[in-house]
Amino acid sequence: MRVGPGAYLLLSALLFGIGVAGVLIRRNAIVVFMCIELMLNAVNLSFITFAKTNGSIDGQVLAFFVMVVAAAEVVVGLGILVAIFRKRSSASVDDVNLLKG
Amino acid sequence: MLAATSAEQAELVVFIVLAPLAVVSALGMVLNRNAVYSALLLVVNFFCLAGFYVLLEAQFVAAVQVIVYAGAIMVLFLFVLMLLGIGNEEVLKETIKGQRPAAVLLTLGLLVALVGALLAGVFDAEPGSLAQANTGGNVQAVGRLLFTRYTFAFEAAGILLVVAAVGALVLGKRQP
Repeated sequence: MRVGPGAYLLLSALLFGIGVAGVLIRRNAIVVFMCIELMLNAVNLSFITFAKTNGSIDGQVLAFFVMVVAAAEVVVGLGILVAIFRKRSSASVDDVNLLKG
Repeated sequence: MLAATSAEQAELVVFIVLAPLAVVSALGMVLNRNAVYSALLLVVNFFCLAGFYVLLEAQFVAAVQVIVYAGAIMVLFLFVLMLLGIGNEEVLKETIKGQRPAAVLLTLGLLVALVGALLAGVFDAEPGSLAQANTGGNVQAVGRLLFTRYTFAFEAAGILLVVAAVGALVLGKRQP
């Protein structure tokens, strides 16, 4: 029996769903960030699966760029988080409600 | 012929071991109340994904996954976790009423749509091979593509990283 692309795509969909649920449910901003990383990784898995299915490397290069953007995002996001924590000493996403109407 | 089938069997075994581990570690990350355990479970998940990348003939991306994600990014996460202190428990009170059940329902809907599309055969394809594209090694193939067709994107990624580093410095600076 062979592991087809379908199995990898199914796994990728599952991981993406778990990431979405985490972002919606968790209130700790750092864990929300981790869930975003999980979603990015799930999409990377799809990219690399499709790269193999199409017999071309382009998908792998795209996954590489996704990683670069994820690294930049984490650096700036955690910087913002630390800055907010200094002001409010809380890492909960519900405490940042200054712009609430 | 025999070698090909044994390679396929090895792929199947590795997949059967890694796939549940990846799903369980992701679920554990979302459900665990301690953020440090969440981070460590995410590292397990990243290693599983690196294994899948090797199975999918993407050795370079697998190495980058371990070095950049499991190495650099997760260390950054743990560093910030320790910096902010982990004593304060997450509040379980809902700010918006009925948000959690709604979130679970919406996620299930998304999963039904995605899995339904998969089962309907939208993405049905033969399991191709990268043997031709990977001639001379996967790293060489990726590098060749990165410095020919994607040179502009590569340079832009470099600028993006520099801007992100400068931005983090400015954000982290203590205001006088």
